[in-house]
Amino acid sequence: MKTSHGLVGILLGMTVAGAQAQDAAAAGIAKFREMLADGNPAELFEMKGEELWKQKRGPKKTSLEQCDLGLGPGVVEGAFVQLPKYFADTKRVQDLETRLVTCMETLQGFNAAEIVKTPLLMGEKANIAALATWIGGLSKDMPFKLSQAHDSEKTMYEVGKRLFFVRGGSHDFSCASCHGQDDTRIRLQDLPNLTKNPGDGVGFAAWPAYRISNSQMWTMQHRLNDCYRQQRFPEPKWGSDATIALSVYMGVNASGAKSIVPALKR
Amino acid sequence: MNQKMLFAAGAVAVAALAGCAGGSKPVDYDKLAADIIQSDFQPNGIVTLKALQQDANMAACSAANVSGKPLPEAQAKVLEAAALKTIQWPTDGQFLGDWKEGEKIAQSGRGMTWTDDAKTVNGGNCYNCHQIDKVEISFGTIGPSLWNYGKLRGVTNPASPEAKAIVEYTWGKIWNPQAYNACSMMPRGGHNGVLSPAQIKHVMALLLDPKSPVNQ
Repeated sequence: MKTSHGLVGILLGMTVAGAQAQDAAAAGIAKFREMLADGNPAELFEMKGEELWKQKRGPKKTSLEQCDLGLGPGVVEGAFVQLPKYFADTKRVQDLETRLVTCMETLQGFNAAEIVKTPLLMGEKANIAALATWIGGLSKDMPFKLSQAHDSEKTMYEVGKRLFFVRGGSHDFSCASCHGQDDTRIRLQDLPNLTKNPGDGVGFAAWPAYRISNSQMWTMQHRLNDCYRQQRFPEPKWGSDATIALSVYMGVNASGAKSIVPALKR
Repeated sequence: MNQKMLFAAGAVAVAALAGCAGGSKPVDYDKLAADIIQSDFQPNGIVTLKALQQDANMAACSAANVSGKPLPEAQAKVLEAAALKTIQWPTDGQFLGDWKEGEKIAQSGRGMTWTDDAKTVNGGNCYNCHQIDKVEISFGTIGPSLWNYGKLRGVTNPASPEAKAIVEYTWGKIWNPQAYNACSMMPRGGHNGVLSPAQIKHVMALLLDPKSPVNQ
């Protein structure tokens, strides 16, 4: 009896020590985030984005100030938390990034196909990340409210839901493998449950985000791309209906969640 | 085909189907989603479009997830029985390797992404979802804790007849977890060729060897 008591004591001690170490690690990360939040490097991208919005650029030497992000030409505040949505001019449900490509093509004369082909973090893709960061920031603390009024918006939600649960690849993973339950982690990383509203400022309400670990500004398109990489899937085409359908699914599920964009991530 | 044309093609598909919703014919979301998956992914590096082809198990489990209901029990039993038949047992009758190697495999999450190459030695991704050795505090919680895995199951000699059932189950679970739970979320380590039989032996030792730190 004495021995087993001792063993229980040791085991409990180990458990507590383990839990404490984890709490300390989590607290350390939170503290680091807090320190950086005073000067979130995303601010630099917001400044660049605002400049890009107002600057006369492209073959037509025009600014983006007449771009319609869904609330009418030039209305930026509040647009982010209503995207993706259906646009009558393109007859397409578009997210913020593909909508920006449309504006860059129609207003500024850029070649949309060239922009889509540009690698992440490079050239006009980097400019889109800066624009998305600034535009997103102008909806900070606003609740997500995506429209489901148009048939195409409903269709994209239903398609996105199906994509979310598709298991495939060498590891049989789907989006739901990591994001289908409450209160789970990969290693020490907390995972939001994206099949419902995961709360203010998490999941869909946290991208674009500045990533401390690699000093990069990631948009939602970039986030989805890397999720699929880790999922061992082939690469989703940038701006494709698959990526937008997933955003509609996550965005509608996040209805009422407040945006903290631009967020700060590990 | 350039990206712009693909954009347009996708938009037309969605618009056309959405248009039908106004009439009497309901939109076949399953078909539309399947079409979009086929058109909206591209091969990259070692990952080809074959990765999108689902077998019967994965198709059934994905559909069950979308519906929000578990697979009917009878269907699950059929899929489990079929999965059980896929398990390849050790050809030399040896189930356990070296737990030290097993720990390295359990720690590694590498391999089979489009940024890996064919020479990358695959990891088991075990700690991503499971607690295993308590010394490692960075573990995931999607799967159950495996701390004291062998000890809790009374394994004192993995080669003994008493341990046979649990040793075989553990091998089978790592090779193809769907043999015991049709829609298990765990990767099919052996069946999908993520881990070699030699690697599985090492992971087996980590879990079942009485000398492994996991069983202290």
